[in-house]
Amino acid sequence: METGLKEDVMRYIEPHGHMVSRTTDDYEKMALAGCTAICEPAFWAGYDRGSAQGFRDYFRQITEYEPKRAAKFGIQHFTWLCINPKEAEDMGLARDVMALIPEFLQKPSVLGIGEIGLNKNSRNELRIFEEHVQIAQDHEQLILIHTPHLEDKLKGTRLIIDALKGFAGIDPARVIIDHVEEHTVDLVLDAGFWAGITLYPESKCTPHRAIDMLEQRRAERIWMNSACDWGVSDPLAVPKTMLAMRKRGWSEAAIQSVVWDNPRAFMGQSPRFQLTPPA
Amino acid sequence: MSETSAYAAPAPVNLVELGFMDARSKLLDVAAFLDRVDRAGQQGDYRVKALREAMKHLSDTGTTRVKEMLLTFSDPTEEPIPAAEIQGAFGAWKQD
Repeated sequence: METGLKEDVMRYIEPHGHMVSRTTDDYEKMALAGCTAICEPAFWAGYDRGSAQGFRDYFRQITEYEPKRAAKFGIQHFTWLCINPKEAEDMGLARDVMALIPEFLQKPSVLGIGEIGLNKNSRNELRIFEEHVQIAQDHEQLILIHTPHLEDKLKGTRLIIDALKGFAGIDPARVIIDHVEEHTVDLVLDAGFWAGITLYPESKCTPHRAIDMLEQRRAERIWMNSACDWGVSDPLAVPKTMLAMRKRGWSEAAIQSVVWDNPRAFMGQSPRFQLTPPA
Repeated sequence: MSETSAYAAPAPVNLVELGFMDARSKLLDVAAFLDRVDRAGQQGDYRVKALREAMKHLSDTGTTRVKEMLLTFSDPTEEPIPAAEIQGAFGAWKQD
């Protein structure tokens, strides 16, 4: 599809965006800023859903409807599936939802299991996290992991890494642990996993803090994302950070390594992640 | 393992020129917040106390100030909690 994008606009991948919460205008703005692919992990809707049927509808939305909405703007849309940790405290509901996942793994835009993880670091959350990891192993899927917010992040990141080490067959190169900050980025990367940096106006990382971490770790095995959703977030956070990188002396090739090459390298481990050339 | 190699260290830039006014503005905002909280008699809130504790690291030497601040705000315990009774987070750990 013709995007109308100027040749001198650097293309980028938004590896984590909850587009079901965003307007169609946001798709247009992201396309104009150079976005050619968006990856949408399953997440919390802002309220607890009452039944597994609600998740079936949601899984249909992100595997059937959103790819069509994105395509109108020349953007490819990919998806990850799970029940998020905020709704994992109810283990009966969680297991009913997890039972739906194998059916939807057959959809052509599904990249793996995510965003699983922890929220308040409870026993039930940890149990459901481990059961998701087992599904990913059983179906040879990539894994995208959410780490908790704010004061819960450090403990949750440690629990997640310890739990993953309990799975003999886990290849860290096929797991990305998202929402790292300065106190968790080394834990994740030093254990061999990929790391995601989320650019939020308040509660996660600013562009300059993200760039600091990228420079400290030479941008290896790291992607950055807007994680735009229904809360305080910015669907253009990645291109705005690209602008800050230029001000910080980054070359165009180095910027591309973060916003294009890295997400493509990780998600390219799924045979489903095939980027179509621009028109 | 898939890793990229296109990264190259950025060209030197004047980081002070680039960031001083922004940092100055944010620092003044923190000071104004603390003044406001004191005037309202709310300085005893655990989050304000955590902020003051974290601020001590502004005077550190070295390059791990932000990491040390984040550790100050973090839950230091190691075991999973029995059950999640709330879903949100508040920015600073509150010891029960």
